[in-house]
Parts: sequence; C-alpha cells; structure tokens
Amino acid sequence: MNQKLSFLLRLWRQKDGNSQGKFQEIRMKDIPPDMSFLEMLDEANNDLIRKGEEPVAFESDCREGICGTCSLVVNGLPHGSDPGTTVCQLFMRRFNDGATITVEPWRAKAFPVIKDLVTDRSAFDQIISAGGFVSVNTGGAPDANATAIRKCDADTAMDAAACIGCGACVAACPNASAMLFVSAKVSHLGHLPQGQPERERRVVRMVQKMDELGFGNCSNRYECEAACPKEISVEHIARMNRDYGFASLLGTERERGNSGAG
Amino acid sequence: MILDSKIPPGSIENKWTDYKFQMKLVNPANKRKHKIIVVGTGLAGASAAASLAELGYNVHSFTFHDSPRRAHSIAAQGGINAAKNYPNDGDSVHRLFYDTVKGGDFRAREANVHRLAEISTQIIDHCVAQGVPFAREYGGLLDNRSFGGAQVSRTFYARGQTGQQLLLGAYQSLMRQVGLGAVKLHTRREMLDVVVVDGQTRGIIVRNLVTGELERHEADAVVLATGGYGRVFYLSTNAVGCNVTATWRAHKRGALFANPCFTQIHPTCIPVTGDHQSKLTLMSESLRNDGRVWVPKTAGDKRSPEKIPESERFYFLEEKYPSFGNLVPRDVASRNAKQVCDQGLGVGETGLAVYLDFSDAIKRLGKDKIAEKYGNLFQMYDKITDENPYQVPMRIYPAVHYTMGGLWVDYNLMSNLPGLHVLGEANFSDHGANRLGASALMQGLADGYFIIPHTIGHYLASNKIPKVTTDHPAFVDAENSVKARQDKLLAVKGNKPAMEFHRQLGKVMWDYCGMARNEAGLKIALDEIPKIREAFWKEVSVTGSGQDLNMALEEAGRIADFLEFGELLVLDAYTRRESCGGHFREESQVGEGEALRDDNNFCHVAAWEFKGVGQKSELHKEPLAFDNVHLTQRSYK
Ligand SMILES: Cc1cc2nc3c(=O)[nH]c(=O)nc-3n(C[C@H](O)[C@H](O)[C@H](O)COP(=O)(O)OP(=O)(O)OC[C@H]3O[C@@H](n4cnc5c(N)ncnc54)[C@H](O)[C@@H]3O)c2cc1C
Ligand code: FES
Repeated sequence: MNQKLSFLLRLWRQKDGNSQGKFQEIRMKDIPPDMSFLEMLDEANNDLIRKGEEPVAFESDCREGICGTCSLVVNGLPHGSDPGTTVCQLFMRRFNDGATITVEPWRAKAFPVIKDLVTDRSAFDQIISAGGFVSVNTGGAPDANATAIRKCDADTAMDAAACIGCGACVAACPNASAMLFVSAKVSHLGHLPQGQPERERRVVRMVQKMDELGFGNCSNRYECEAACPKEISVEHIARMNRDYGFASLLGTERERGNSGAG
Repeated sequence: MILDSKIPPGSIENKWTDYKFQMKLVNPANKRKHKIIVVGTGLAGASAAASLAELGYNVHSFTFHDSPRRAHSIAAQGGINAAKNYPNDGDSVHRLFYDTVKGGDFRAREANVHRLAEISTQIIDHCVAQGVPFAREYGGLLDNRSFGGAQVSRTFYARGQTGQQLLLGAYQSLMRQVGLGAVKLHTRREMLDVVVVDGQTRGIIVRNLVTGELERHEADAVVLATGGYGRVFYLSTNAVGCNVTATWRAHKRGALFANPCFTQIHPTCIPVTGDHQSKLTLMSESLRNDGRVWVPKTAGDKRSPEKIPESERFYFLEEKYPSFGNLVPRDVASRNAKQVCDQGLGVGETGLAVYLDFSDAIKRLGKDKIAEKYGNLFQMYDKITDENPYQVPMRIYPAVHYTMGGLWVDYNLMSNLPGLHVLGEANFSDHGANRLGASALMQGLADGYFIIPHTIGHYLASNKIPKVTTDHPAFVDAENSVKARQDKLLAVKGNKPAMEFHRQLGKVMWDYCGMARNEAGLKIALDEIPKIREAFWKEVSVTGSGQDLNMALEEAGRIADFLEFGELLVLDAYTRRESCGGHFREESQVGEGEALRDDNNFCHVAAWEFKGVGQKSELHKEPLAFDNVHLTQRSYK
C-alpha cells in the first residue's frame, strides 16, 4: 500500500473567461498514496514553477471539506467519484497506479470561468442576498430557550444547513440548475419557527433570483444529490416546490407593503 | 509610548454597563455619513459588518475569498461557550470569567474577559433568532456539552459544524444588508496596506485578485478582522489561505503587535504522516468528552491497541489530573502527549501519536449515540487515515491551531493607531496565554455583534474626522509601496517555489518555538529565520504577472510576510523567560513539567513596535492587574 504511484494529469488551462481553453498534460510520479488530491496538484504546480511556467490556478482553503472553496471536476465528476467527499478530501490511494486523471472546472453558465480551474460562483451569494436569511437585527432576541423546537425539526434543519455552497450540484446537473442549493436553505429556515414569518417571501424571492441569474430548470435527474459532498437530499427540492406553490397561490398578499430585499 | 488600555472605572460587574451609558452616540441620521471599512468576513468581520449596517453606517466589507462564507471560521467544529447555566450545573457569568482568566494562565485583562462572559448569553439568543440549528434535547430545548478547562457544560453546538452554522448565520445577516444596499461587498480583494492620514487610520489598499488592479479605499474608520497567524508554522489546522499579511502590514504602519509568542497547540489532531502535507486536521476537543486518551505502559509496545489489556494502558491525563481528567486545558493535554511520546510511549509508525479511544463510550452509549454526536468527525478521520474509529482508537498528536497573540487593542478594541479597530482572532485581547475550547467563536461574535457597534460609535462621535480623498499623498505612498513589493517579488526570478521557504520556516518554528521552547533553541531560530528570508528574496520564483489572477503571487506575498513576522514571534518567546499557558519555556517549570509563571517579571502584555525588517523591535509593556481572580499557580489536579 505504501508504494509510490504515477499518474498522467490532464489539467484544464484557460487564460480568462474570454479565451479558449485546452488541456495541458503533466506526468506525476512518486506520489505517496496518502497524499491528498490537492497536495498532488500543489506538487504539479511546484514543478511548473521550477520550470519557470505559470502554475495552474485552482481554489481551496480549509482542505477538510467544510468551506466549499475547492471545486474541481475529476474524470467528469464534480469532486471526483468518492461519494460524500469534497475533492480536498480525496486521497491518491483511491486512484489506480498509472491512471490518467482529467481535471476541469465547474461548467455552468451561471459560474463563468475566471482562469484555469477557477470559476465565479458569486451567483450563490446573490441568491442568499435575495432572501436566504431571517430578518433579525442584532440586539432584541428573546432568550434562546424561549421557544422549544422539536428535535426532529432541528435535526432536519441541520441536515439541510450542512450545505457548503460549493456548487457541485450545479456542475453535476445537465441543466445547471441550482435547485438543491436553494432548497437546502429554504428547508433549513423553513423547518424552524424563526423562519416562519418570511417563509413564503423567502422562497419566492430566492427562486426568482435563481431564474434571473441563468441557472437552469430542474428535470428531476437527481445528479445533484449524487454529487453533493454533504449528501443533501433531493427531498428538500420537493419541499421547496410545495412551499413555492403555496406562496404563489397566496400571491403577494403575504408580502404586503414591503418591497426591500430584507 | 504609554499603552492606555482605557479600562473604564467601576466594579468588574458594572464596568461595561456603565461604560455603554457613558460612550458618545452618533445620531441616527448621521450614521449613514460615516463610512466604515471592515476587512474579513469570518465570525468577527461578518457580525461586525452586519451589525454596523443595521445601525445605519455605510459599511464596506472586504475579503480575499470568493465569498464571505468561506472564511476560516467555517471550519470550527466543536462549539461555542455561553454562561447560560441551562443544565443547572452551577455556571454563571462569574464562573465563565474565572475559568477564562485561569485558563489563560493570568495573562489576559480581567475587564475584557468579564465583558466577554457577560455578552456570551446574548450571542446564543441572537444566533437562535437567526435560525442557527443548534443541537437540541427531545424536550425541544438546547443541549450542552463540556470542553476543556471547565467543570460545567456550557458549550452549545451544531453537530461537529458549529463554526459553519454560526458563520452562515452571520453571513446571511451580512448578505441581507448587502441586499438592502447598506453594505457594499468587495470579494476577491486582498488588503495589503492600511493608510494613515494625520495620525488617523483612514483607509486601505487592496489588490483586486482577479484583475490585479490596486485599489484605494478611504473611510472614517477601519476594522480588521482578518484571523490568526498559525500558518507561520506552515503545518497547522488552519486553512491554507490563513495569513498574517493584514495585521503585519498594519504593524509595519505603527500598530503594536501583542504577545505574538502565545500560540496554541491543540492536543487532538491527526498526526503528521509525511512531508508532502499541506495542512493538519483537527479532531474537535469535544471528542474528549467521550474519548479516553492513553498510551501503552511500556515503551516500544507494538501490539495493536485492542490486544493491550487495561492493566497495561497508561491513561495519563486521567491519572495525573483526576479532577479534570481528559478535559484538562489544551496546553496541559498537549504537553503531556509530547512528554509520553518523548519517553518512547508514543504509538503509530512515527511514535508521535497517542490513542483517543471511544470503545468505552460506544459500549456505554451505543454506536448510534456516538455517531449522532461526532459522526462527521469520525467520517473525516476515516477519510484521511483510512481507519474506522468506531473500531480502532483514533491516533492523535498536538498541532498548531490558534494564536492568542495579535494586534494590541484597548478596551474599545482599537489599536494604538486611532481609527484602526481589530476584532476576533486578529487581536490579542481575551485569551491570555492559552485559549479555552469554544471560546474563540464566542469572542469573535462578542467583538462583532456586541462590542464594536458601541465603541466605534464612540470613536466617531468623539473625534474630528476631516474629509479625505484617495488622492491624498498618504494613499499614493501606500499604493506605491505595495506595488514596489509586488514588483520585487516578480523580479527575483529564482527557481524555487515559495512553498519551499514556507516549509523551511515552519520547521524552524516548530522545532525551536513549538510545544517546548528554550533559550538555546530560540537563539538558533533567531539566527535561522533571517537566513531563510534572505534566501527567499534571492531564489524565489514567482511566475506569471501582476495583471491577473495569480495565486503564486498571492502566496509568495503572504510567505514573505510570515518570514518577517516569524522573527518577531521568536523574539517575543525569547524575551518572555517564563512559562505560561501555551508558552512553555523549559527553564521555567515545576513538578512533572507544569508551566511555572514568573509574575514578578512577566505579569504584562508584551506589545512590540516595528523598527524595520531585520531591526530589533521595541518592547512596550502593559502591566496586568488581577483584582478579582486571585493570581495563583494553575492546578487541574
Ligand atoms: C479547525 C478549527 C476548529 C476550530 N474549532 C473551534 C471551536 O469549536 N470553537 C471555538 O470557539 N473556536 C474554534 N476554532 C477557532 C476559531 O474558529 C477561530 O479562532 C475563529 O473562527 C476566527 O474567526 P475570525 O473572524 O477572527 O477570523 P477568520 O474566520 O479566520 O476570518 C478571517 C477573514 O479575514 C479575511 N482576510 C484575512 N486576511 C485578509 C486580507 N489581507 N485581505 C482581505 N481579507 C483578509 C479572510 O478572507 C476571512 O474572511 C477552531 C479553529 C480551527 C482552525
Ligand atoms: S477546500 Fe474547503 S471544502 Fe475543499
């Protein structure tokens, strides 16, 4: 198991959003099996730097599967083939010696490429900004135990809230839909009493924003759930659809008199 | 220079309340006219930016990340403390205050710590109102667990993802203000200098990381909430982007750096496996609630753990510290792990690990209960090590985790540079020489939600802040110096990636200024670091240009700052010839390796003034007084 591994990397290179991209091939050898995928890319980059070439741009930060920064399509799958795993938590022991590994950026209209393997995912922030919150200012909150919350509701809210906002769901979806991301937030807040006053308003605004930003429609292919490193369930999408239907029925009546985003 | 901590008069219980009344207010109609820059969107920065915008200030929020939600706070696992006393186990504001002062080994300000303990309860209320899904009991009320250094259960948690959930709460509040137009968000911007005009901090220089453009931003006050500097050790549990750049550049403009040698080594991390690693992974302290720490009693015992009978296991924390057991503070747990490994009792391939064993807890509570409490941590461990901790004990070893030191601030959280405020891990204020678990999240949110909104108003209302524009010579100068440094990095054209120098620096820091420090070793480090720095500036290779996204350039810039800062950290460790908390000077110990403070000579904050790269910094001392918690040798026996 401790024998060193070799790979042929095919890395996507693209100067910027307006340029054409292409693959660069790099041979890697003497890779220890407990090296992480991103550490292997670090090594590839160090080799490029030693040769005076520009390293391939890719993003990461926590390298422990929680910040949602890393975002690579490995051999056609967002975050690679390990279920429930971000690419920063993928280890080289999961690949066969001698394998060819193709690495590409997220590909979706709403996530334009900035350079090489880096994309712009700020559309997600805009969706949250449209309604993914509870409108409460610092200061006036009642005692934390003033409202009891059923454990099962708190647990479901937490299941949904575990989303790390990486965008793998969008990258995996043939329509580049953001339904899983949006529904996770709708469901997180919708399961808690604190989220009830804005429940209809939230879902309507978030869905409108999502459509506006160029994400596609959901055609129930469920690739999103399969790619999600936090294994967020598509049940949240069904729940969001119910909320959305209900909110549309009620129309703007519930939204009376307030036009700001908050 | 006189360091005025501006601690308000009055009894410790009433200081903050009285002071809030005495502070000047900014009229609501005038708030919009004040522009405030907040750098950083972690717990401290996001909570500050959101709260200031709610009050009506014109807030500009900056982060080098692509989204505010990526800040390193997201990675905090275990929990957040608050003196709610929901479990009825005798907790109170006073006890949290006492535990924190004692846990910090009497090197923090009493007044700051008391305020923190007071505010702790409001934080939980606010976070619940935001929809943070904290863990609950079947009755629907909030659940608590215990952390090191406390004998009560006061830690609130959201599975193993407490930091994530708290940050998302703050992020959502921030994004709500962005939607309302009250906050202008600047992502992918790295702050590279602060701008001081006529003695007041009036702005920052940032690099737009996508276009490479340098931008000038002016404001009436600047808030830095840029996190800790643990990556100076290269290997740490911090995210790979964590850096010292923002605070170090502010330091070079005159802000004092306090207690840089107070760094925390966390006892429960996944051990180092090889020199290819880019970071280490924490296994939350909460695991010590149910996990038991042990090593074999005989050196060189290579049997697998389940084959070692109870009688041949050394539960060193339980045996040495019967009243706190596995829940002693971090510095104590780390040092003891090092000691047993130094004695040859360590386990695993490298011998630099101890067991953290859950088999008793699994027997007692069942696998499901353990999975519910720690499932994601067990899964993370499994992914990294390829071992199943439900079946075999985890192997853990201490690693750099948190930095108590930071920019010096007064009670208002303002540095000695007027207008420059510093929050969260970036300041030095509340944890003394050792931070207790679950207290960083508490501090970051206290600073951002509940302190800065008051104190910054007081600053703005009590000072005359003339209008400046970004064509002021101070802005031009600052931008030019940033540009010059960047050009210099690109011009070296050596053949070594910056990471190599970072690794070298990290090794020196860990070997000579890690868990145990002594005069001879620190001298070596003081010698070595400038050499690595010189080599860096001769041999580093930074390819690409300054005109677009260039991560190698960003990284090299941060490493260049670490190479300057590391020397100050070591100098501080060298100068503080006592042991306290996480700072263990081998010359100063009692009994079996317990830290021995020297209150006659070192009961002070060491605040350093920059005198030039390679020049000896000047030390200023802020004496510490303990009127409410009696200054004693810590004991967790
Ligand atoms: C793995 C891990 C687990 C932890 N678990 C716990 C726990 O359970 N309980 C607890 O209390 N504490 C815990 N801590 C500690 C705690 O998470 C941190 O101390 C705290 O979150 C720091 O928050 P912050 O807001 O000060 O900084 P950060 O969250 O680090 O945020 C820093 C921000 O500053 C920005 N920034 C930095 N430099 C620049 C620059 N030059 N220009 C622009 N932007 C910049 C970054 O983009 C980021 O937005 C843990 C720490 C780690 C490493
Ligand atoms: S780098 Fe944070 S999730 Fe991968």
